[in-house]
Amino acid sequence: MTLAIEISDLTVWFGEGAARSNAVRQVSLSIGEGESFGLVGESGSGKSTVLRAITGLVPSWSGSMRIMNRPLGAKRDRTFYKQVQMVFQDPYASLHPRMTVDAVLSEALKLHGFGDIDNRIDRLLEDVGLGKGFRFRYPHQLSGGQRQRVAIARALAPEPRILLLDEPTSALDVSVQAEILNLLTDLRAERGLTYLMVSHDLGVVGHMCGQVAVMQTGEMVELLGVEDMRAMKATHPYTKHLLDSSLRSVR
Amino acid sequence: MSNLIDVENLWVKFPTRNGIFDAVRGISFSLGKERLGIVGESGSGKSMTGRAILKLIRPPGRIEADRLTMTGTDVLTASEKEMRKLRGHHASMIMQDPKFSLNPVMTVGRQITEALRTHEKVNMAQARARALEMLDAVAIRDPERVFDLYPHEVSGGMGQRIMIAMMLIPDPEILIADEPTSALDVSVQLQVLEIMDKLVAERGMGLIFISHDLNLVSNFCDRIVIMYAGRIVEVCQAGKLHEARHPYTIGLLNSVPNLGSPRERLDVLRRDPAWREAPSVSALL
Ligand SMILES: Nc1ncnc2c1ncn2[C@@H]1O[C@H](COP(=O)(O)OP(=O)(O)OP(=O)(O)O)[C@@H](O)[C@H]1O
Ligand SMILES: Nc1ncnc2c1ncn2[C@@H]1O[C@H](COP(=O)(O)OP(=O)(O)OP(=O)(O)O)[C@@H](O)[C@H]1O
Ligand SMILES: [Mg+2]
Ligand SMILES: [Mg+2]
Repeated sequence: MTLAIEISDLTVWFGEGAARSNAVRQVSLSIGEGESFGLVGESGSGKSTVLRAITGLVPSWSGSMRIMNRPLGAKRDRTFYKQVQMVFQDPYASLHPRMTVDAVLSEALKLHGFGDIDNRIDRLLEDVGLGKGFRFRYPHQLSGGQRQRVAIARALAPEPRILLLDEPTSALDVSVQAEILNLLTDLRAERGLTYLMVSHDLGVVGHMCGQVAVMQTGEMVELLGVEDMRAMKATHPYTKHLLDSSLRSVR
Repeated sequence: MSNLIDVENLWVKFPTRNGIFDAVRGISFSLGKERLGIVGESGSGKSMTGRAILKLIRPPGRIEADRLTMTGTDVLTASEKEMRKLRGHHASMIMQDPKFSLNPVMTVGRQITEALRTHEKVNMAQARARALEMLDAVAIRDPERVFDLYPHEVSGGMGQRIMIAMMLIPDPEILIADEPTSALDVSVQLQVLEIMDKLVAERGMGLIFISHDLNLVSNFCDRIVIMYAGRIVEVCQAGKLHEARHPYTIGLLNSVPNLGSPRERLDVLRRDPAWREAPSVSALL
């Protein structure tokens, strides 16, 4: 099996000298093509930072990262973004306030050289469960969940091979979440996509992912298969605590 | 009347190019010294309800109601100046998107201390100490470091907790929390909920807790209002959500993925056009 994502000893820091703080410390993980990999852990533990490092959005890092066997350097080119797309945690900040849904999607499509824009936009909107009626709306005219679906549609536009999903459904209600998760499941089955997915919802991760990495204060403290997670077979105290709290909150 | 909020026949309307869009369609509810949950699918009008109470609907959107009172003040006729006072001293709202609501060019620490200093006469050193205490209370690791960060330098869940800290520090009587914990891992979430719980139990704060997380709401709230297409379709006593009868509520409950019982596909909601037409259920006390 080819590896879609291979990360070894990734360290990411912000600030230099005395002000330096390591947001991610020596994280290694590999994800085979067509797999779905979950990243969970404490808020502020560096999950988003790992995804941002892959997409080239952090200034300083060390270690090595490979996508589809190609090493990543300091810059990402257009082929990279054709292969890898990210859905950001924050749907408000990731959509330009003065661009309509139509403009957002057609920009993404044109950038990657697609024709037949009109039909594609309709399809994309339908895929994420938004009707045509939303096509000419601005972000402020959409609810939180509707914006997130636009962000997912934009990520799907270039027909990427790898999706980095940062809490893709935490802004969504459970019914839309179910639709989006089913959509992501179908896309992976049909197109053999690879997912690296951050979520704080262990139910979601359990549903979507085969393997799960647990992070705490910048480090990956445990890697476990989803069956072990279900069976509560964790070894690290933080993972145990997380599984335990999750049970408590569902009760 | 000892209710903190009373709302009767509330509408929120937006003019669009296809005519008027009614985001909230004639709902009635009250808030006592309790934890009132509002759940419902995306776009059902939860946030607009929360914002309407504080008159935070941006024009050209507008609010109509037969009655809208908060701690004795008539919100419908209150001037913007009176509203600002009300918002500061009596009621706070934690917005659904923290990063959007935090000032991007001001450090986290300064924003929290200013929130405090507009309500209380404290000196800078005291304000700083209280802010650090509050950051610690919402389970922020290393409050000293975070105090000096700008909003773009904190994680999603940290932003959410900073917003919570900022809204709780002036000690409001009413807190409207719009998806306040959606970006938090379960263990931090429990800690944050405990703080809100304490404020309700010890200081008699009234809490409106907007969330799409049904399990969370049913464990945490006293009463739950279920919204669909701008109306209230059902009101439940918390803990009895599993006894809900409306097919929409049941559909929502069935679409939640559960770690313990894996499924190939998740159930999705089949919406019945009749749900939209049914009259709104009253949640007045
Ligand atoms: N631009 C930045 N400057 C300084 N520190 C930063 C910056 N971006 C992130 N950090 C720090 O890196 C750490 C990890 O942040 P990250 O966003 O990766 O957390 P996360 O695991 O995604 O958390 P959450 O679940 O809350 O979203 C945090 O302590 C944060 O303050
Ligand atoms: N400025 C606007 N113009 C037109 N329609 C609007 C405007 N603002 C909001 N809406 C619509 O009002 C409806 C209710 O929005 P609201 O933000 O209250 O939903 P919500 O229940 O909070 O959803 P979510 O769970 O996704 O946050 C949505 O269908 C939204 O598209
Ligand atoms: Mg994050
Ligand atoms: Mg909302």
